[in-house]
Amino acid sequence: MSVQTQADHGFTPEFQVYEPHKTGIPPLKPYVKELWRRRQFASELSSSTLRAGNAQTMFGRLWLVLNPLLLAMVYYLLVNILSKNKGGISYLDHLVAGVFGFYYVSGTLSSGAVSVVGSGALIANMSFPRLLMPLSALRSGFFKFLPTLPVFFVIHAIASATQSSTQAKLYPVNWSFVQLGGIYFVLCMTLFGAGIGTIFAALQVYFRDMSSFLPYMNRIWLYLSPVLWTIQTVPGRLERFMVFNPLFSILGGWTDMLTEGRVPPLGIWVRAAAWSVGIFVAGSLFFMSREREFAVRL
Amino acid sequence: MSSLSASENTPSVTTVKPSPRPGPAPVVRPAVKVENVSVTYRTTWEKRPTLKEAMTRFGRGERAVREVEALKNVSFEVPEGTALGIIGSNGAGKSTLIRTIGGILPPTEGRIEVHGRISALLALGVGFNLSLSGRENVMLGGLASGLTRKEVLERNQDIEDFAELGDFMDMPIRTYSSGMRSRLAFAVAVHMEPDILMIDEAMSAGDARFKEKAAAKMHELMGSARAMFLVSHALASIEDLCTRAIWLEKGHLMMEGAPEDVVKAYMAHVGVKLDTLAREDL
Repeated sequence: MSVQTQADHGFTPEFQVYEPHKTGIPPLKPYVKELWRRRQFASELSSSTLRAGNAQTMFGRLWLVLNPLLLAMVYYLLVNILSKNKGGISYLDHLVAGVFGFYYVSGTLSSGAVSVVGSGALIANMSFPRLLMPLSALRSGFFKFLPTLPVFFVIHAIASATQSSTQAKLYPVNWSFVQLGGIYFVLCMTLFGAGIGTIFAALQVYFRDMSSFLPYMNRIWLYLSPVLWTIQTVPGRLERFMVFNPLFSILGGWTDMLTEGRVPPLGIWVRAAAWSVGIFVAGSLFFMSREREFAVRL
Repeated sequence: MSSLSASENTPSVTTVKPSPRPGPAPVVRPAVKVENVSVTYRTTWEKRPTLKEAMTRFGRGERAVREVEALKNVSFEVPEGTALGIIGSNGAGKSTLIRTIGGILPPTEGRIEVHGRISALLALGVGFNLSLSGRENVMLGGLASGLTRKEVLERNQDIEDFAELGDFMDMPIRTYSSGMRSRLAFAVAVHMEPDILMIDEAMSAGDARFKEKAAAKMHELMGSARAMFLVSHALASIEDLCTRAIWLEKGHLMMEGAPEDVVKAYMAHVGVKLDTLAREDL
């Protein structure tokens, strides 16, 4: 039949055919095409959500930076009081880089998790690629992450100017062109955050209490990731398991480059890329295979 | 059906001649073709499924999901130019049918062909995000349905004028009354210039004046849209606006025909006397 070939299985072509779908992944090419065509929706959703979350007020914007910064301060006090850490301001520099990076990923994860269930009516009543919802959460996460970078560089400048030689030995703080390589790891965080946010967005539809476990999961993940410690000072007992923590390579490489200007070993680059691409692909495919069920589950 | 000619306004007996537009239209293409469609979906018992519940249920060895047979082997065709009214009791599968034609729910069996772009106005209060303003929601709804930012902005004024919300356009939707919400939802749906317009229960909200305006707008749209679907419990407006009607009962297609006949049969089935009050409130 000639009409059969014209049918696009897309979302708004001139002629559509809807037939029972085999459980699994929808045809990728039209899906991605539609996704791209409606990218404005994702960006509009994210920017209006940011606006509604009073990000447009002075204090609202300040809070986006203040929140992770205060958290870094808490850990700084904690580590300095509990252990005999001699890192001082240089340690703070490492800590802040790690916390900001971690916050980017975990923030994307938590807002991605509620992105689908939080938009029930839209999903129940309109036909569009559902992947737009977690991707919009990713965009919000990125725009919350950006303003933390200048804050980091202020701390970095203070640290590099005032650090003592013992501090510099323990936690080197340098300016270098190598820092630009951090962009690679931001890319990894972005892909990884998108993937993991997408997975949790789908899971949240089936288990609505998932989001109440997330804060605990995030907290544990933070301790198991190179935020309070560096990939050089990884606690011995943990080292064996670090292959299983995607954030070990992603955040480790990020902090190494950004604070010390040191090029991490090749293994870190490869693992960071493998984890982020892997999770991104797996997450998107998992989400797409489930998304046609969302309308009845919400 | 022999009774068809008696109540039809047009003298034609066999089929409802749909095209109101002049000019040669020898072959009437179907705008929507529904062939043997069944929709069965799995859903959970709980309103809000949780991991905790799932674990306790697993411990007790209970089944989590139940199957809902929302539509059973439904077939019909909607020629271009038709305004199809869909009636039936609560839970008859009306909204499921609309959602399936709109591509939101995949059919479990059968096949649906749709010629044209669909704008769906399903159960009132569409996809609105309560904390965002009316204006932002209009933009989001438009973008989600596949328009560009520019196209939505072009329609913005018309939507505002039609919804008559005034300053409320810039207030969060949560400050709206239900009538205001439905006015906005209706205004958005009819201004997206769809080929196929689907309206679910739109007439039940809004004041008398807006109802009249909405009905006039739908009449006007019938000139440009290829087809229109109207799901409503207000049987009078089905008779008023539609050129054809179907009646669904527990997922089965009970009857298809002229609106007057279908409404009559439906009312006889549910045992309601034919008076205007019941026709409005059903």
